[in-house]
Amino acid sequence: MDTQAATAEIPSVTQPLLEVSNLTVEFATRNGTVTAVRKVDLVVAKGETVGIVGESGSGKSVTSYAVMRILDRAGRIAQGTISFSGIPLHDAREDTMLDLRGREISMIFQNPRAALNPIRRVGRQIEDVLVRHSQATSQNAKVKAIELLKLVRINDPEGRYHAYPFELSGGMCQRVVIAIALACQPRLLIADEPTTGLDVTTQKTVMDLVADLTRERQMSTILITHDLGLAAQYCDRIVVMQKGDVVETATAAQIFEAPTHDYTKRLMRATPRPGIAIRDLLPEDQARAAIELPARTPGAEPILSVRDLVKEYPRAGGNLLAKFGPKKEKAAAPAFRAVDGISFDVGVGESVGLVGESGCGKSTTSSMVMRLLDQTSGAILFDGVDIAKLPAKAFAMHPLRAKLQMVFQDPTDSLNPRFTAFRAIADPLYRLGGVTSTDEARARVDALADDVGLPRALLDRFPHQLSGGQKARVGIARAIALSPKLLILDEPTAALDVSVQAVVLNLLVDLKARLGMSYLFVSHDLHVVRLLCDRVIVMKGGCIVEAGETEAVMTAPSNAYTRELLSAAPHAPL
Amino acid sequence: MLARSEQTDPSAAAIATPPRKSWLGHVRYVLVSNPVTLFAFSLLLLILTAALIGPYIVPYDPLATLPGQQLKPPSWQHWFGTDQLGRDIFSRVVVAARLDLMLSVAAVALSFVIGSALGSVAGYYGGWVETVVGRVCDTIMAFPLFVLAMGIVAALGNTIENIIYATAIINLPFYARMARAEVSIRRNAGFVQAARLTGNGDWRILALQVFPNALPPMMVQVSLNLGWAILNAAGLSFIGLGVRPPTPEWGIMVAEGANYIISGEWWVALFPGLALMLAVFTFNLLGDGLRDIVDPQRRT
Repeated sequence: MDTQAATAEIPSVTQPLLEVSNLTVEFATRNGTVTAVRKVDLVVAKGETVGIVGESGSGKSVTSYAVMRILDRAGRIAQGTISFSGIPLHDAREDTMLDLRGREISMIFQNPRAALNPIRRVGRQIEDVLVRHSQATSQNAKVKAIELLKLVRINDPEGRYHAYPFELSGGMCQRVVIAIALACQPRLLIADEPTTGLDVTTQKTVMDLVADLTRERQMSTILITHDLGLAAQYCDRIVVMQKGDVVETATAAQIFEAPTHDYTKRLMRATPRPGIAIRDLLPEDQARAAIELPARTPGAEPILSVRDLVKEYPRAGGNLLAKFGPKKEKAAAPAFRAVDGISFDVGVGESVGLVGESGCGKSTTSSMVMRLLDQTSGAILFDGVDIAKLPAKAFAMHPLRAKLQMVFQDPTDSLNPRFTAFRAIADPLYRLGGVTSTDEARARVDALADDVGLPRALLDRFPHQLSGGQKARVGIARAIALSPKLLILDEPTAALDVSVQAVVLNLLVDLKARLGMSYLFVSHDLHVVRLLCDRVIVMKGGCIVEAGETEAVMTAPSNAYTRELLSAAPHAPL
Repeated sequence: MLARSEQTDPSAAAIATPPRKSWLGHVRYVLVSNPVTLFAFSLLLLILTAALIGPYIVPYDPLATLPGQQLKPPSWQHWFGTDQLGRDIFSRVVVAARLDLMLSVAAVALSFVIGSALGSVAGYYGGWVETVVGRVCDTIMAFPLFVLAMGIVAALGNTIENIIYATAIINLPFYARMARAEVSIRRNAGFVQAARLTGNGDWRILALQVFPNALPPMMVQVSLNLGWAILNAAGLSFIGLGVRPPTPEWGIMVAEGANYIISGEWWVALFPGLALMLAVFTFNLLGDGLRDIVDPQRRT
């Protein structure tokens, strides 16, 4: 399995910057020793960008932590050597590592907000690293920090120097993290999922920035990602990992043209990309779902009509006194319009994609349609009834509640940690489904578990005992328990690995055909929307900028913003 | 960090093992995996035994004065010696367990129920409810708590019920604050939204979905508080408020014995004091074990 690593071509450079050979990392857990990384070989040449690709649990992050020597207490390097330009890192003393980290090797973390100290100004945090490695004195640190902010293309660097992390957007925070990582001109940069959680357009600017800076400075980069498209676009060589093993190493072009390992092929197949059908995501050998995709019935009656929907929030950060002051002052403060008078329809049996970047109002819209949030004005006609007239609080017991359900974004957060899978799925049946006896509930839940492909034996487990895909299935089973007419899917696969996403997306398509539901699919991932939706609505700043048939919008977008979104989305060259 | 926790997540390995363990099996698992918890539970069992059947197994009547046996040091007849009225101290220490335990359990139960109810409502609804509950807690906390308890007992009258009320009132803010914090971080969690979609009203969500998730940290608080409540009740008795002689109670016994330490009769105060210490020690150790038992994340 791991011997194929040797077949990779290494660019003709005399001495590699980083050489990891035969690395094995073990973790001591309650259930004995777990081997997270098994006999991994990895070579990074000077000026080279190497991508480590794999799904969660593949050991890609652990490998990089081992290089940085920041494994947590339970983890240890059991075997193998790590050599960084001749320095052996695997048994280096901690004070050697302290000097190397940040100066020679730096790291960009997945969540930029968590990587920054929330109560220190960002400029000071850049200075910290400069001063620690004697790259600046307290006299010129500020000047250098501002230069770095300029380098990562932050507008108004003098002003931003004084900003706290919470005052900056996610993309801005990641730029600050990059500035900190590059402050001491390191020779190796490790980027661990640097753009997960960022919007596609932000992802593009951040990744372009990293690529430009590393090229200018002849730096080597290790890019750790689950996204094959991203790796394809920015890496010279790609290392594919699975369950702690390196299964394939090749140049980016090679790996996409002629993947040799089965896992690589499966991973590539499962990655949504232009020009394929949803069934193509599944592995070839897996039996295709028996049901053919039904032809769409155009011009059907709308199940949901949204008209001039508006949600306003009072502007935050105003004068505190104004809050308690005379009414006149309150009215004077202009409200922030999260959703600004949008109208759209969802037909019976149709799937409509609601696409946009964070802050565009798509989640606010879905919350209002779902009656979790009261709108400021506008009408929501569901099945002919204006449910906008019913306050969100009173809707919980309304008969239409059962017909309007939702699958949440984060399968972990949306399941009560103290409820078993059975109880989570049975709850809607007891509350709204008129089920009273335990036997009846058992039978219905078993049937639902079969519907979503969840083994019945797992029904007695708590959420933390289930995998991500299994939790997603529990969430879907709960949502379809009452046979809803409209299901809102709020990024249902955003937290899942691509191979799991492929299966869940196919499940959703099958369920829709079988149960005759309509979908409102909220997502930022255009490739996924293309696979699942008949029509697509693109939102920006609370308004709809473009709407139409999916193929039309995707192939010939009329709006500049839609074009920008489409071009920013990375995709594998297949 | 995320990827790292995936690697070390013990549940991954547990998937392979069959689930559905009985509650008792889970308790046994927690006890076996942590010897300190096992030790604490053994001590608790000892104290509970003394409280339940103590009066029937002790060698002497705790109130009976034995003529000519005053202030005898520990011996085979009287394991802990006798006090100034010739009463057997061992019998009195064992019998007192019931009263002391009852005082603390009742007080803690009262403050747990009222405090967590108030705190949960405050945390879930926010707004003026939160303000009122918060300010009431602040007001109670502003007093030196033991002095407040003294004041309450002195004002209401010197009875066992009033000791319970006083102890409950001074403990209330801890529960209210903790419940408020635990509930308010979960009130907008995904599973709460999901429960709303499945037709649960606010009260149902609070009682069945949110509050049980706040239990694990509160169990630790309950356990620590039990020890503290025993000390508090004993302290009140020590200064002459609360339980009155000749009722056997650890606090009074220490108070009575304190006069004799100087003349060399150390055993009169030492043994009830040790009992008190042991009880507080037990409850402090118990906290972590209780949390493990009520936390489903440990049920792997």
